[in-house]
Amino acid sequence: MSDINVAWEKVKLARHPKRPTASYLIKELFPDFIELHGDRGFADDEAITAGLGTFNSIPMTIIAEEKGKTTEEKIKHNFGMPHPEGYRKAIRLMKQAEKFKRPILCIIDTPGAYPGIGAEERGQAQAIAYNLKTMMGLKTPIMVVVLSEGGSGGALAIGVGDHIFMFENSIYAILSPEGYASIIYKDSAQADHAASIMKLTAEDLKGFGVIDTIISEGEGLHINPDFGIQSFKTELAKTLKKLMTLSENKLLTQRYQKFRKMGVFVEQGESNETESTEN
Amino acid sequence: MNDFLNERKHKLEDFKKNIRKKQTNYEPIDIPDGLFVKCDQCGAAIYEKTLEANHSICPYCEYHFRMGALKRLSLTIDQGSFVEINAHIQSTNPLNMEDYQDKLEKGKKLSGLNEAFLSGEATLVGIPIAIGILDSNFMMGSMGSAVGEKVTRLIEYATEKKLPLIIFSASGGARMQEGILSLMQMAKTSAALEYFDKKGLLYISVLTNPTTGGVAASFASLGDINIAEKSSLIGFAGARVIKQTIRQELPEGFQTDTFQLDHGQVDLVIHRKDMRKTLYKLLQLHQGKKVEV
Repeated sequence: MSDINVAWEKVKLARHPKRPTASYLIKELFPDFIELHGDRGFADDEAITAGLGTFNSIPMTIIAEEKGKTTEEKIKHNFGMPHPEGYRKAIRLMKQAEKFKRPILCIIDTPGAYPGIGAEERGQAQAIAYNLKTMMGLKTPIMVVVLSEGGSGGALAIGVGDHIFMFENSIYAILSPEGYASIIYKDSAQADHAASIMKLTAEDLKGFGVIDTIISEGEGLHINPDFGIQSFKTELAKTLKKLMTLSENKLLTQRYQKFRKMGVFVEQGESNETESTEN
Repeated sequence: MNDFLNERKHKLEDFKKNIRKKQTNYEPIDIPDGLFVKCDQCGAAIYEKTLEANHSICPYCEYHFRMGALKRLSLTIDQGSFVEINAHIQSTNPLNMEDYQDKLEKGKKLSGLNEAFLSGEATLVGIPIAIGILDSNFMMGSMGSAVGEKVTRLIEYATEKKLPLIIFSASGGARMQEGILSLMQMAKTSAALEYFDKKGLLYISVLTNPTTGGVAASFASLGDINIAEKSSLIGFAGARVIKQTIRQELPEGFQTDTFQLDHGQVDLVIHRKDMRKTLYKLLQLHQGKKVEV
């Protein structure tokens, strides 16, 4: 029973109405942030906020899924659920970052990619797939942080990078616990139980080697955001410094190896429990 | 009122008795189960052997039935040319999900495979290729760690051997039973394609019925040429999820092969009977040699 509580408590904290969204994190990390808009093909998707800013005197490109806080904001940002044009804006600006040798920070906070008619018409699957492949080859450091909710392919589409951080009370999963429960138990009301078996907490994901660093929040971002943001600044500075010393070749090889190792399967009867250790 | 109901009851009992009598008058004919198959699209009853001989295509309405990996392989490559690789990679149960093991066993029986992905090297009209086929009979062709690993290894194999790559997809998406690990297979397989791509090699992705979710949103959409097989459902989100989200009916023909063609998501829609021919032509055009027309 306690397992249910731990995971479900995290889900509730990750969705806490007082928890800051990406715009707050951007403001705290990049006081000089300039937002850039549009995918150059169809529209500007406000579920993704993107732009330029300086962290520790280093110009960076920032890509963030923004949920919005007030009802009005939530509608404007489509509850943080991007359309294909959002992912295309993101990859356009990430390629720009590569050109100007700027490190990239991606902030994940989404229930998932938007499931709608327009999204399907404009190739949601294609947009996500293209980002996964392209991010793997970008010759500039990519850091990813799961701020609150990392839902499915909609999160992963800006989630391929050299170092993945997760805030202590955030979740990252294949699907929302509600969606998972409705598929596995045919009952979305069993979301709390689903959460307990899905392995969606930062601790679980670190165990699987899916993420690298857990950012401690102290009392929690919903009570005292400064604590968590300070810890993140410290960790980000450390990682950035390390990644910027790597050659392009080394950077890309490490990135490939990182994702290459993910998964647990059996080979010739031997269990291959893949952990986060370096090759 | 009661009289009426009683009378009705008696009549109904008599009727049932007569029916039973009539039935026993016939000598039972030995009709094995599954001799006829009902077409999902037009409802016609099709003699199973006719369907089989017709590449599992309805002779009345051209509906393409779903097809297992082994049968697909035999329709695609040169007979006897297939050498399987990575057959020993199998799923385990990392989240300790209750009935996952049973589902895996059932998938093995239904598909005749160890996992939902069959892969290896073969020739197609003499041209050497790396080929992979997802099997929807195995847990809806879903991608967990083992499938992701096999897809990745096939891509790496093709990269190393400089072979053109053909993958037939048929999948409901990422495999729920392995949670986040399944999600990460999307990144892993796409990553391998990034390196395959850099070698200037050809990847043809064939999206068959159905190709959705995490498979559609990773390697299946990343072909140099994306082909949709006729009568396929292709898309990212499931129709039910979309309907619940937008609270509207979906337009007719939503997420079909022609929908994807009309919206610029695939290069071609190809009839199953023309698939081998089309693949051959495309392979020929990418051999770096002069082509006699």
